[in-house]
Amino acid sequence: MTRTREWLYAWMLLLPAMALLALFTHYPALANLWHSFFSTPKGARPAVFVGLDNYRNLVEDPIFWQALQNNLWYALGTIPLSIVLALVMAIWVNGRIRGRGFLRLAYFTPTILPMIAVANIWLFFYTPQYGLLEQILGVFGVPSHNWLGSKSSALPAMMVVAVWKEAGFFMIFYLAALQSMSPQLREAAAIEGASRWYFFRRVTLPLLMPTTLFVLVNAVINAFRLVDHIVVMTRGGPDNATALLLYYIYEIGFRFWDSAYASALTMVLLVLLAGVALVQFLFLERRTHYQ
Amino acid sequence: MSSIASAPPAISARSTPVPALGGGSHALETLAAWMLGLLWILPLVYAFWTAFHPPEFSTRFALAAPWTLDNFIKAWHAAPFARYFLNTVLLVTMVLVAQLVLVTLAAYAFARFTFPGRNVLFALVLAQLMIMPDALIVENYRTMTVLGLKDTILAIGLPYMASAFGIFLLRQTFKTIPRELDEAARVEGCTPLQTLWKVYVPLARPTYLAYALVSVSYHWNNFLWPLIVTNSVESRPVTVGLQVFSATDQGIDWSIITAATLLSTGPLLVAFLLFQRQFVQSFMRAGIR
Repeated sequence: MTRTREWLYAWMLLLPAMALLALFTHYPALANLWHSFFSTPKGARPAVFVGLDNYRNLVEDPIFWQALQNNLWYALGTIPLSIVLALVMAIWVNGRIRGRGFLRLAYFTPTILPMIAVANIWLFFYTPQYGLLEQILGVFGVPSHNWLGSKSSALPAMMVVAVWKEAGFFMIFYLAALQSMSPQLREAAAIEGASRWYFFRRVTLPLLMPTTLFVLVNAVINAFRLVDHIVVMTRGGPDNATALLLYYIYEIGFRFWDSAYASALTMVLLVLLAGVALVQFLFLERRTHYQ
Repeated sequence: MSSIASAPPAISARSTPVPALGGGSHALETLAAWMLGLLWILPLVYAFWTAFHPPEFSTRFALAAPWTLDNFIKAWHAAPFARYFLNTVLLVTMVLVAQLVLVTLAAYAFARFTFPGRNVLFALVLAQLMIMPDALIVENYRTMTVLGLKDTILAIGLPYMASAFGIFLLRQTFKTIPRELDEAARVEGCTPLQTLWKVYVPLARPTYLAYALVSVSYHWNNFLWPLIVTNSVESRPVTVGLQVFSATDQGIDWSIITAATLLSTGPLLVAFLLFQRQFVQSFMRAGIR
Protein backbone atom coordinates (compact mmCIF):
# COMPACT_ATOMS: atom_id res chain seq x y z
CA MET A 1 0.00 0.00 0.00
CA THR A 2 1.12 3.50 -0.64
CA ARG A 3 1.41 5.81 2.31
CA THR A 4 -1.61 7.92 1.56
CA ARG A 5 -3.69 4.82 1.05
CA GLU A 6 -2.54 3.51 4.42
CA TRP A 7 -3.49 6.80 6.04
CA LEU A 8 -6.91 6.67 4.46
CA TYR A 9 -7.33 3.07 5.55
CA ALA A 10 -6.48 3.90 9.16
CA TRP A 11 -8.81 6.88 9.20
CA MET A 12 -11.64 4.78 7.81
CA LEU A 13 -11.05 2.18 10.52
CA LEU A 14 -11.23 4.90 13.14
CA LEU A 15 -14.15 6.78 11.68
CA PRO A 16 -17.10 4.95 13.34
CA ALA A 17 -15.60 4.99 16.82
CA MET A 18 -14.36 8.57 16.54
CA ALA A 19 -17.72 9.78 15.23
CA LEU A 20 -19.56 8.30 18.20
CA LEU A 21 -16.94 9.57 20.64
CA ALA A 22 -17.21 13.03 19.13
CA LEU A 23 -21.00 12.99 19.33
CA PHE A 24 -21.33 11.64 22.87
CA THR A 25 -18.13 12.71 24.63
CA HIS A 26 -16.34 15.62 22.98
CA TYR A 27 -19.33 17.54 21.67
CA PRO A 28 -21.35 17.30 24.92
CA ALA A 29 -18.37 18.41 26.99
CA LEU A 30 -18.03 21.55 24.84
CA ALA A 31 -21.76 22.10 24.42
CA ASN A 32 -22.10 21.85 28.15
CA LEU A 33 -19.72 24.76 28.60
CA TRP A 34 -21.60 26.77 25.96
CA HIS A 35 -25.02 26.08 27.48
CA SER A 36 -23.83 27.01 30.94
CA PHE A 37 -23.70 30.64 29.74
CA PHE A 38 -27.37 30.63 28.74
CA SER A 39 -30.65 30.56 30.63
CA THR A 40 -32.96 27.55 30.68
CA PRO A 41 -35.58 27.85 27.92
CA LYS A 42 -39.06 27.89 29.44
CA GLY A 43 -42.16 27.33 27.33
CA ALA A 44 -42.14 29.88 24.52
CA ARG A 45 -39.20 31.77 25.98
CA PRO A 46 -35.98 30.65 24.32
CA ALA A 47 -32.62 30.45 26.07
CA VAL A 48 -30.88 33.82 26.30
CA PHE A 49 -27.24 34.59 26.94
CA VAL A 50 -26.77 35.31 30.64
CA GLY A 51 -23.00 35.32 30.91
CA LEU A 52 -21.82 34.05 34.25
CA ASP A 53 -25.23 34.19 35.95
CA ASN A 54 -25.44 30.43 36.35
CA TYR A 55 -22.04 30.37 37.96
CA ARG A 56 -23.01 33.25 40.23
CA ASN A 57 -26.03 31.23 41.33
CA LEU A 58 -23.78 28.29 41.87
CA VAL A 59 -21.41 30.18 44.14
CA GLU A 60 -24.38 31.43 46.16
CA ASP A 61 -26.15 28.07 46.29
CA PRO A 62 -25.65 26.50 49.73
CA ILE A 63 -26.90 23.11 48.49
CA PHE A 64 -24.19 23.03 45.82
CA TRP A 65 -21.52 23.66 48.42
CA GLN A 66 -23.02 21.06 50.65
CA ALA A 67 -23.14 18.51 47.82
CA LEU A 68 -19.52 19.24 47.00
CA GLN A 69 -18.54 18.95 50.65
CA ASN A 70 -20.54 15.73 51.03
CA ASN A 71 -18.82 14.35 47.98
CA LEU A 72 -15.37 15.15 49.36
CA TRP A 73 -16.21 13.54 52.70
CA TYR A 74 -17.70 10.60 50.86
CA ALA A 75 -14.50 10.21 48.82
CA LEU A 76 -12.31 10.55 51.90
CA GLY A 77 -14.44 8.10 53.83
CA THR A 78 -14.73 5.42 51.17
CA ILE A 79 -11.49 5.46 49.18
CA PRO A 80 -8.80 4.74 51.81
CA LEU A 81 -10.98 2.23 53.63
CA SER A 82 -11.97 0.26 50.54
CA ILE A 83 -8.37 0.21 49.27
CA VAL A 84 -6.99 -1.05 52.58
CA LEU A 85 -9.73 -3.65 52.83
CA ALA A 86 -9.13 -4.71 49.23
CA LEU A 87 -5.44 -5.19 49.93
CA VAL A 88 -6.09 -7.22 53.08
CA MET A 89 -8.66 -9.35 51.29
CA ALA A 90 -6.30 -9.98 48.39
CA ILE A 91 -3.48 -11.05 50.69
CA TRP A 92 -5.83 -13.40 52.52
CA VAL A 93 -7.29 -15.09 49.46
CA ASN A 94 -3.88 -15.24 47.79
CA GLY A 95 -2.40 -17.26 50.65
CA ARG A 96 -3.17 -20.75 51.84
CA ILE A 97 -6.20 -19.92 53.89
CA ARG A 98 -8.96 -22.35 54.79
CA GLY A 99 -12.08 -21.84 52.69
CA ARG A 100 -10.30 -19.68 50.14
CA GLY A 101 -12.89 -20.34 47.44
CA PHE A 102 -15.74 -19.26 49.69
CA LEU A 103 -13.90 -16.15 50.82
CA ARG A 104 -13.12 -15.07 47.27
CA LEU A 105 -16.76 -15.52 46.39
CA ALA A 106 -17.97 -13.66 49.49
CA TYR A 107 -15.68 -10.70 48.90
CA PHE A 108 -16.28 -10.44 45.19
CA THR A 109 -20.03 -11.06 44.85
CA PRO A 110 -21.18 -7.53 45.82
CA THR A 111 -19.20 -6.24 42.85
CA ILE A 112 -21.22 -8.27 40.36
CA LEU A 113 -24.61 -7.07 41.61
CA PRO A 114 -26.20 -3.88 40.32
CA MET A 115 -25.85 -0.97 42.74
CA ILE A 116 -29.59 -0.46 42.54
CA ALA A 117 -30.31 -4.02 43.74
CA VAL A 118 -27.66 -3.71 46.42
CA ALA A 119 -29.25 -0.44 47.52
CA ASN A 120 -32.63 -2.12 47.90
CA ILE A 121 -31.11 -4.81 50.09
CA TRP A 122 -29.27 -2.28 52.25
CA LEU A 123 -32.37 -0.12 52.52
CA PHE A 124 -34.06 -3.10 54.12
CA PHE A 125 -30.95 -3.79 56.20
CA TYR A 126 -31.07 -0.26 57.62
CA THR A 127 -34.85 -0.17 58.22
CA PRO A 128 -35.62 1.29 61.66
CA GLN A 129 -36.85 -1.29 64.16
CA TYR A 130 -37.29 -4.19 61.72
CA GLY A 131 -34.01 -4.13 59.82
CA LEU A 132 -31.29 -6.63 60.56
CA LEU A 133 -28.90 -3.94 61.72
CA GLU A 134 -31.37 -2.73 64.32
CA GLN A 135 -32.04 -6.28 65.45
CA ILE A 136 -28.36 -7.08 65.87
CA LEU A 137 -27.64 -3.81 67.68
CA GLY A 138 -30.74 -4.35 69.82
CA VAL A 139 -29.18 -7.55 71.17
CA PHE A 140 -26.26 -5.49 72.44
CA GLY A 141 -28.61 -2.95 73.96
CA VAL A 142 -27.92 -0.16 71.48
CA PRO A 143 -31.00 2.11 71.32
CA SER A 144 -32.98 2.19 68.09
CA HIS A 145 -31.74 4.69 65.53
CA ASN A 146 -33.03 5.77 62.13
CA TRP A 147 -29.77 5.31 60.22
CA LEU A 148 -30.90 6.84 56.94
CA GLY A 149 -33.26 9.34 58.50
CA SER A 150 -30.83 11.26 60.65
CA LYS A 151 -28.50 13.88 59.27
CA SER A 152 -25.47 12.65 61.15
CA SER A 153 -25.60 8.97 60.17
CA ALA A 154 -27.08 9.03 56.64
CA LEU A 155 -23.87 9.82 54.75
CA PRO A 156 -21.73 7.34 56.74
CA ALA A 157 -24.43 4.73 56.07
CA MET A 158 -24.05 5.36 52.33
CA MET A 159 -20.28 5.12 52.66
CA VAL A 160 -20.62 1.68 54.21
CA VAL A 161 -22.64 0.55 51.18
CA ALA A 162 -20.02 1.92 48.79
CA VAL A 163 -17.12 0.31 50.64
CA TRP A 164 -18.98 -3.00 50.76
CA LYS A 165 -19.64 -2.81 47.04
CA GLU A 166 -16.18 -1.73 45.90
CA ALA A 167 -13.63 -3.43 48.12
CA GLY A 168 -14.06 -6.76 46.33
CA PHE A 169 -13.63 -5.09 42.96
CA PHE A 170 -10.32 -3.54 43.95
CA MET A 171 -9.29 -6.82 45.57
CA ILE A 172 -9.20 -8.40 42.12
CA PHE A 173 -6.52 -6.00 40.92
CA TYR A 174 -4.39 -6.60 44.00
CA LEU A 175 -4.87 -10.33 43.58
CA ALA A 176 -3.66 -10.12 39.99
CA ALA A 177 -0.61 -8.16 41.06
CA LEU A 178 0.19 -10.49 43.95
CA GLN A 179 0.03 -13.50 41.67
CA SER A 180 2.44 -11.95 39.22
CA MET A 181 4.99 -11.45 42.00
CA SER A 182 7.89 -13.86 41.94
CA PRO A 183 7.76 -16.50 44.73
CA GLN A 184 11.57 -16.24 44.92
CA LEU A 185 11.20 -12.93 46.74
CA ARG A 186 9.30 -14.70 49.45
CA GLU A 187 11.78 -17.56 49.61
CA ALA A 188 14.68 -15.17 49.91
CA ALA A 189 12.92 -13.26 52.67
CA ALA A 190 12.20 -16.50 54.54
CA ILE A 191 15.85 -17.52 54.36
CA GLU A 192 16.86 -14.11 55.66
CA GLY A 193 14.46 -14.65 58.54
CA ALA A 194 12.25 -11.67 57.72
CA SER A 195 8.94 -11.39 59.53
CA ARG A 196 5.73 -11.31 57.52
CA TRP A 197 5.10 -7.74 58.47
CA TYR A 198 8.62 -6.71 57.41
CA PHE A 199 8.25 -8.55 54.11
CA PHE A 200 4.87 -6.90 53.51
CA ARG A 201 6.15 -3.43 54.32
CA ARG A 202 9.46 -3.60 52.49
CA VAL A 203 8.71 -5.88 49.53
CA THR A 204 5.02 -6.44 48.85
CA LEU A 205 3.77 -2.92 49.41
CA PRO A 206 6.36 -1.17 47.20
CA LEU A 207 5.81 -3.72 44.44
CA LEU A 208 2.07 -3.12 44.64
CA MET A 209 2.49 0.63 44.22
CA PRO A 210 1.43 0.72 40.54
CA THR A 211 -1.68 -1.29 41.39
CA THR A 212 -2.47 1.01 44.29
CA LEU A 213 -2.24 4.04 42.04
CA PHE A 214 -4.43 2.43 39.39
CA VAL A 215 -7.00 1.47 42.01
CA LEU A 216 -6.81 4.94 43.53
CA VAL A 217 -7.64 6.65 40.25
CA ASN A 218 -10.57 4.30 39.71
CA ALA A 219 -11.79 4.84 43.25
CA VAL A 220 -11.71 8.60 42.87
CA ILE A 221 -13.65 8.43 39.61
CA ASN A 222 -16.21 6.09 41.16
CA ALA A 223 -16.67 8.37 44.15
CA PHE A 224 -17.90 11.05 41.76
CA ARG A 225 -19.60 8.81 39.22
CA LEU A 226 -21.77 6.35 41.13
CA VAL A 227 -24.90 7.78 42.75
CA ASP A 228 -27.40 4.99 42.07
CA HIS A 229 -27.66 4.14 45.75
CA ILE A 230 -28.44 7.76 46.60
CA VAL A 231 -31.36 7.74 44.16
CA VAL A 232 -32.76 4.58 45.71
CA MET A 233 -32.00 4.98 49.39
CA THR A 234 -32.15 8.63 50.41
CA ARG A 235 -32.82 10.87 47.40
CA GLY A 236 -30.13 13.14 48.74
CA GLY A 237 -31.92 13.55 52.08
CA PRO A 238 -32.40 14.06 54.90
CA ASP A 239 -32.00 17.79 54.34
CA ASN A 240 -29.37 17.24 51.59
CA ALA A 241 -27.11 15.33 53.96
CA THR A 242 -26.42 12.69 51.31
CA ALA A 243 -26.60 14.85 48.16
CA LEU A 244 -23.50 14.05 46.10
CA LEU A 245 -22.49 16.25 43.18
CA LEU A 246 -23.77 14.02 40.37
CA TYR A 247 -26.97 13.36 42.29
CA TYR A 248 -27.51 17.09 42.64
CA ILE A 249 -26.93 17.49 38.89
CA TYR A 250 -29.53 14.81 38.27
CA GLU A 251 -31.97 16.48 40.61
CA ILE A 252 -31.54 19.96 39.10
CA GLY A 253 -31.49 18.68 35.52
CA PHE A 254 -34.20 16.04 35.60
CA ARG A 255 -36.44 16.75 38.55
CA PHE A 256 -36.46 20.54 38.44
CA TRP A 257 -35.63 20.63 34.69
CA ASP A 258 -33.26 23.57 35.08
CA SER A 259 -30.85 22.43 32.35
CA ALA A 260 -28.78 25.64 32.30
CA TYR A 261 -27.95 25.44 35.97
CA ALA A 262 -27.35 21.70 35.63
CA SER A 263 -24.81 22.53 32.88
CA ALA A 264 -22.95 24.87 35.20
CA LEU A 265 -22.92 22.17 37.88
CA THR A 266 -21.70 19.63 35.33
CA MET A 267 -18.78 21.93 34.52
CA VAL A 268 -17.65 21.62 38.14
CA LEU A 269 -17.78 17.83 37.86
CA LEU A 270 -15.87 17.89 34.56
CA VAL A 271 -13.20 20.16 36.02
CA LEU A 272 -12.84 17.79 38.97
CA LEU A 273 -12.50 14.78 36.67
CA ALA A 274 -10.05 16.61 34.41
CA GLY A 275 -8.06 17.42 37.52
CA VAL A 276 -7.86 13.74 38.38
CA ALA A 277 -6.74 13.02 34.82
CA LEU A 278 -4.08 15.69 35.03
CA VAL A 279 -2.74 14.40 38.34
CA GLN A 280 -2.62 10.92 36.90
CA PHE A 281 -0.83 12.12 33.79
CA LEU A 282 1.71 14.39 35.48
CA PHE A 283 2.36 12.50 38.65
CA LEU A 284 1.39 8.87 38.51
CA GLU A 285 2.62 7.93 35.05
CA ARG A 286 6.15 8.97 35.95
CA ARG A 287 6.36 7.23 39.25
CA THR A 288 5.24 3.79 38.24
CA HIS A 289 7.71 2.60 35.69
CA TYR A 290 9.79 0.35 37.86
CA GLN A 291 7.84 -2.80 37.24
CA MET B 1 -1.98 3.72 31.68
CA SER B 2 0.79 1.43 30.61
CA SER B 3 2.10 1.14 34.10
CA ILE B 4 1.69 -2.63 34.26
CA ALA B 5 2.67 -4.04 30.94
CA SER B 6 3.08 -7.69 31.81
CA ALA B 7 0.53 -10.25 30.67
CA PRO B 8 -2.02 -11.12 33.31
CA PRO B 9 -1.35 -14.37 35.10
CA ALA B 10 -4.04 -16.96 35.53
CA ILE B 11 -5.28 -17.50 39.05
CA SER B 12 -3.48 -20.58 40.17
CA ALA B 13 -5.70 -23.22 41.68
CA ARG B 14 -3.01 -24.38 44.10
CA SER B 15 -0.26 -22.25 45.44
CA THR B 16 3.17 -23.78 45.37
CA PRO B 17 4.63 -24.54 48.78
CA VAL B 18 6.67 -21.58 49.88
CA PRO B 19 8.66 -21.46 53.10
CA ALA B 20 6.73 -19.68 55.81
CA LEU B 21 7.79 -16.29 57.06
CA GLY B 22 8.17 -15.65 60.75
CA GLY B 23 5.70 -13.75 62.88
CA GLY B 24 1.93 -13.30 62.69
CA SER B 25 -0.71 -15.73 63.84
CA HIS B 26 -2.37 -17.78 61.13
CA ALA B 27 -5.32 -18.94 63.19
CA LEU B 28 -6.21 -15.41 64.17
CA GLU B 29 -5.94 -14.26 60.57
CA THR B 30 -8.12 -17.07 59.30
CA LEU B 31 -10.70 -16.13 61.89
CA ALA B 32 -10.57 -12.48 60.84
CA ALA B 33 -10.84 -13.41 57.15
CA TRP B 34 -13.89 -15.51 57.88
CA MET B 35 -15.52 -12.84 60.02
CA LEU B 36 -15.08 -10.37 57.19
CA GLY B 37 -16.34 -12.90 54.64
CA LEU B 38 -19.47 -13.61 56.67
CA LEU B 39 -20.02 -9.91 57.24
CA TRP B 40 -19.71 -9.40 53.49
CA ILE B 41 -22.37 -11.90 52.51
CA LEU B 42 -24.65 -11.14 55.45
CA PRO B 43 -26.81 -8.63 53.54
CA LEU B 44 -27.20 -11.13 50.70
CA VAL B 45 -28.08 -14.01 52.99
CA TYR B 46 -30.59 -11.73 54.69
CA ALA B 47 -32.14 -10.86 51.33
CA PHE B 48 -32.35 -14.55 50.42
CA TRP B 49 -34.01 -15.37 53.71
CA THR B 50 -36.63 -12.67 53.26
CA ALA B 51 -37.33 -13.50 49.64
CA PHE B 52 -37.87 -17.21 50.22
CA HIS B 53 -40.08 -16.96 53.32
CA PRO B 54 -43.61 -15.68 53.95
CA PRO B 55 -43.80 -11.97 54.90
CA GLU B 56 -44.37 -12.69 58.60
CA PHE B 57 -40.85 -14.17 58.74
CA SER B 58 -39.21 -11.37 56.80
CA THR B 59 -37.71 -9.84 59.91
CA ARG B 60 -37.92 -12.80 62.23
CA PHE B 61 -35.68 -15.83 62.25
CA ALA B 62 -36.99 -19.25 63.02
CA LEU B 63 -35.55 -22.53 61.86
CA ALA B 64 -39.05 -23.87 61.30
CA ALA B 65 -40.05 -21.02 58.99
CA PRO B 66 -41.64 -22.50 55.85
CA TRP B 67 -39.93 -21.91 52.50
CA THR B 68 -41.96 -20.41 49.71
CA LEU B 69 -41.72 -19.09 46.17
CA ASP B 70 -44.84 -16.95 46.60
CA ASN B 71 -42.89 -13.72 46.83
CA PHE B 72 -41.25 -14.36 43.49
CA ILE B 73 -44.54 -15.24 41.85
CA LYS B 74 -46.18 -12.11 43.26
CA ALA B 75 -43.28 -9.92 42.18
CA TRP B 76 -43.22 -11.41 38.70
CA HIS B 77 -46.93 -10.66 38.26
CA ALA B 78 -46.82 -7.23 39.89
CA ALA B 79 -44.59 -5.69 37.22
CA PRO B 80 -43.73 -6.49 33.58
CA PHE B 81 -40.41 -8.09 34.52
CA ALA B 82 -40.43 -10.32 31.44
CA ARG B 83 -40.45 -7.22 29.26
CA TYR B 84 -37.77 -5.54 31.40
CA PHE B 85 -35.56 -8.60 31.03
CA LEU B 86 -36.08 -8.61 27.29
CA ASN B 87 -35.12 -4.93 27.16
CA THR B 88 -31.99 -5.52 29.22
CA VAL B 89 -30.94 -8.48 27.07
CA LEU B 90 -31.52 -6.43 23.91
CA LEU B 91 -29.59 -3.51 25.37
CA VAL B 92 -26.65 -5.59 26.54
CA THR B 93 -26.42 -7.50 23.26
CA MET B 94 -26.70 -4.40 21.12
CA VAL B 95 -24.09 -2.50 23.10
CA LEU B 96 -21.70 -5.44 23.13
CA VAL B 97 -21.94 -6.17 19.40
CA ALA B 98 -21.49 -2.50 18.50
CA GLN B 99 -18.60 -2.17 20.95
CA LEU B 100 -16.81 -5.23 19.63
CA VAL B 101 -16.96 -4.02 16.04
CA LEU B 102 -16.04 -0.39 16.71
CA VAL B 103 -13.38 -1.19 19.24
CA THR B 104 -11.73 -3.81 17.04
CA LEU B 105 -11.45 -1.48 14.06
CA ALA B 106 -10.17 1.44 16.10
CA ALA B 107 -7.71 -0.64 18.13
CA TYR B 108 -6.30 -2.14 14.91
CA ALA B 109 -5.73 1.31 13.47
CA PHE B 110 -3.96 2.53 16.61
CA ALA B 111 -1.90 -0.63 17.02
CA ARG B 112 -0.65 -1.25 13.48
CA PHE B 113 -0.97 1.86 11.32
CA THR B 114 1.06 5.03 11.22
CA PHE B 115 -0.89 8.04 10.10
CA PRO B 116 -0.96 11.77 10.75
CA GLY B 117 -2.90 12.72 13.87
CA ARG B 118 -2.52 9.35 15.54
CA ASN B 119 -1.41 10.70 18.90
CA VAL B 120 -3.99 13.45 18.97
CA LEU B 121 -6.76 11.03 18.10
CA PHE B 122 -5.57 8.56 20.71
CA ALA B 123 -5.54 11.30 23.34
CA LEU B 124 -9.10 12.19 22.30
CA VAL B 125 -10.08 8.56 22.83
CA LEU B 126 -8.44 8.40 26.25
CA ALA B 127 -10.35 11.53 27.31
CA GLN B 128 -13.41 9.30 27.64
CA LEU B 129 -11.75 7.32 30.42
CA MET B 130 -12.14 10.37 32.63
CA ILE B 131 -15.08 12.21 31.08
CA MET B 132 -17.40 9.22 31.09
CA PRO B 133 -20.92 9.35 29.64
CA ASP B 134 -22.28 9.27 33.21
CA ALA B 135 -21.01 12.80 33.77
CA LEU B 136 -22.56 14.14 30.56
CA ILE B 137 -26.18 13.20 31.22
CA VAL B 138 -27.52 16.72 30.73
CA GLU B 139 -26.09 17.26 27.24
CA ASN B 140 -26.60 13.68 26.09
CA TYR B 141 -30.25 13.95 27.04
CA ARG B 142 -30.46 17.09 24.90
CA THR B 143 -28.81 15.25 22.01
CA MET B 144 -31.21 12.31 22.30
CA THR B 145 -34.14 14.74 22.22
CA VAL B 146 -32.79 16.34 19.04
CA LEU B 147 -32.21 12.94 17.45
CA GLY B 148 -35.72 11.86 18.43
CA LEU B 149 -34.35 8.81 20.21
CA LYS B 150 -35.61 9.55 23.72
CA ASP B 151 -37.20 6.56 25.42
CA THR B 152 -35.61 3.96 23.16
CA ILE B 153 -33.20 1.17 23.95
CA LEU B 154 -30.83 2.56 21.33
CA ALA B 155 -30.61 5.83 23.28
CA ILE B 156 -29.49 3.95 26.41
CA GLY B 157 -26.69 2.23 24.54
CA LEU B 158 -25.43 4.86 22.07
CA PRO B 159 -23.19 6.92 24.40
CA TYR B 160 -21.32 3.78 25.46
CA MET B 161 -20.73 2.15 22.09
CA ALA B 162 -17.40 3.75 21.32
CA SER B 163 -15.59 2.59 24.40
CA ALA B 164 -12.21 4.14 25.18
CA PHE B 165 -11.55 1.40 27.66
CA GLY B 166 -12.14 -1.27 25.01
CA ILE B 167 -10.00 0.49 22.43
CA PHE B 168 -7.18 0.82 24.90
CA LEU B 169 -7.41 -2.75 26.13
CA LEU B 170 -7.50 -4.25 22.65
CA ARG B 171 -4.78 -2.01 21.29
CA GLN B 172 -2.48 -3.33 24.01
CA THR B 173 -3.32 -6.90 23.03
CA PHE B 174 -2.90 -6.28 19.30
CA LYS B 175 0.49 -4.75 19.93
CA THR B 176 1.75 -7.99 21.48
CA ILE B 177 0.95 -9.95 18.32
CA PRO B 178 4.16 -10.49 16.28
CA ARG B 179 4.30 -8.40 13.13
CA GLU B 180 5.66 -11.42 11.23
CA LEU B 181 2.21 -13.03 11.35
CA ASP B 182 0.74 -9.87 9.96
CA GLU B 183 3.30 -9.71 7.14
CA ALA B 184 2.86 -13.40 6.32
CA ALA B 185 -0.87 -12.88 5.93
CA ARG B 186 -0.28 -9.94 3.61
CA VAL B 187 2.18 -11.93 1.51
CA GLU B 188 -0.58 -14.51 1.15
CA GLY B 189 -2.63 -11.70 -0.37
CA CYS B 190 -4.83 -10.75 2.57
CA THR B 191 -6.16 -7.22 2.71
CA PRO B 192 -5.68 -5.46 6.07
CA LEU B 193 -9.28 -6.22 7.02
CA GLN B 194 -8.82 -9.90 6.22
CA THR B 195 -5.61 -9.92 8.26
CA LEU B 196 -7.49 -8.37 11.14
CA TRP B 197 -10.18 -11.01 10.93
CA LYS B 198 -7.93 -14.02 10.39
CA VAL B 199 -4.90 -13.17 12.52
CA TYR B 200 -5.66 -10.53 15.14
CA VAL B 201 -9.20 -11.36 16.21
CA PRO B 202 -8.56 -15.09 16.88
CA LEU B 203 -5.37 -14.36 18.79
CA ALA B 204 -7.05 -11.76 20.98
CA ARG B 205 -9.85 -14.08 22.08
CA PRO B 206 -9.07 -14.00 25.83
CA THR B 207 -9.12 -10.20 25.77
CA TYR B 208 -12.45 -10.25 23.94
CA LEU B 209 -13.91 -12.57 26.56
CA ALA B 210 -12.62 -10.39 29.37
CA TYR B 211 -13.96 -7.26 27.77
CA ALA B 212 -17.31 -8.87 27.00
CA LEU B 213 -17.86 -9.97 30.60
CA VAL B 214 -16.94 -6.55 31.95
CA SER B 215 -19.16 -4.83 29.40
CA VAL B 216 -22.15 -7.10 30.00
CA SER B 217 -22.03 -6.73 33.75
CA TYR B 218 -21.56 -2.97 33.45
CA HIS B 219 -24.54 -2.47 31.18
CA TRP B 220 -26.74 -5.00 32.96
CA ASN B 221 -26.14 -2.97 36.13
CA ASN B 222 -26.21 0.54 34.68
CA PHE B 223 -28.93 2.68 36.19
CA LEU B 224 -28.76 6.48 36.19
CA TRP B 225 -28.64 7.15 32.44
CA PRO B 226 -31.35 4.56 31.59
CA LEU B 227 -33.48 6.04 34.39
CA ILE B 228 -33.21 9.46 32.78
CA VAL B 229 -33.62 8.57 29.14
CA THR B 230 -36.39 5.95 29.37
CA ASN B 231 -39.95 6.54 30.28
CA SER B 232 -41.97 3.48 29.34
CA VAL B 233 -42.22 -0.25 29.91
CA GLU B 234 -41.13 -0.85 26.30
CA SER B 235 -37.66 0.59 26.81
CA ARG B 236 -36.89 0.30 30.52
CA PRO B 237 -34.10 -2.10 31.46
CA VAL B 238 -34.55 -4.29 34.49
CA THR B 239 -32.60 -2.02 36.87
CA VAL B 240 -34.93 0.90 36.17
CA GLY B 241 -37.93 -1.42 36.21
CA LEU B 242 -36.92 -2.65 39.64
CA GLN B 243 -36.60 0.90 40.93
CA VAL B 244 -39.98 1.96 39.52
CA PHE B 245 -41.50 -1.17 41.02
CA SER B 246 -40.03 -0.87 44.50
CA ALA B 247 -40.49 2.88 44.74
CA THR B 248 -44.13 3.08 43.75
CA ASP B 249 -46.09 -0.13 43.74
CA GLN B 250 -45.20 -1.95 46.87
CA GLY B 251 -45.21 0.35 49.84
CA ILE B 252 -43.01 -1.52 52.25
CA ASP B 253 -43.65 -5.17 51.45
CA TRP B 254 -40.06 -6.19 51.83
CA SER B 255 -40.60 -9.84 50.98
CA ILE B 256 -41.78 -8.92 47.52
CA ILE B 257 -39.19 -6.19 47.02
CA THR B 258 -36.29 -8.47 47.95
CA ALA B 259 -37.77 -11.20 45.76
CA ALA B 260 -37.91 -8.76 42.84
CA THR B 261 -34.37 -7.64 43.62
CA LEU B 262 -33.02 -11.17 43.54
CA LEU B 263 -35.09 -11.87 40.46
CA SER B 264 -33.57 -8.94 38.60
CA THR B 265 -30.03 -9.91 39.50
CA GLY B 266 -30.68 -13.65 39.18
CA PRO B 267 -29.39 -14.30 35.65
CA LEU B 268 -26.20 -12.34 36.24
CA LEU B 269 -25.66 -13.93 39.64
CA VAL B 270 -26.18 -17.45 38.29
CA ALA B 271 -23.85 -16.74 35.38
CA PHE B 272 -21.31 -15.41 37.84
CA LEU B 273 -21.52 -18.44 40.11
CA LEU B 274 -21.18 -20.81 37.15
CA PHE B 275 -18.30 -18.96 35.50
CA GLN B 276 -16.72 -17.55 38.63
CA ARG B 277 -13.15 -18.25 37.56
CA GLN B 278 -13.60 -16.70 34.12
CA PHE B 279 -15.28 -13.66 35.65
CA VAL B 280 -12.53 -13.07 38.14
CA GLN B 281 -9.82 -13.68 35.57
CA SER B 282 -11.55 -11.39 33.10
CA PHE B 283 -11.79 -8.57 35.60
CA MET B 284 -8.13 -9.10 36.39
CA ARG B 285 -7.16 -9.09 32.75
CA ALA B 286 -9.29 -6.05 32.00
CA GLY B 287 -7.88 -4.17 34.95
CA ILE B 288 -4.28 -4.57 33.93
CA ARG B 289 -3.68 -1.84 31.46
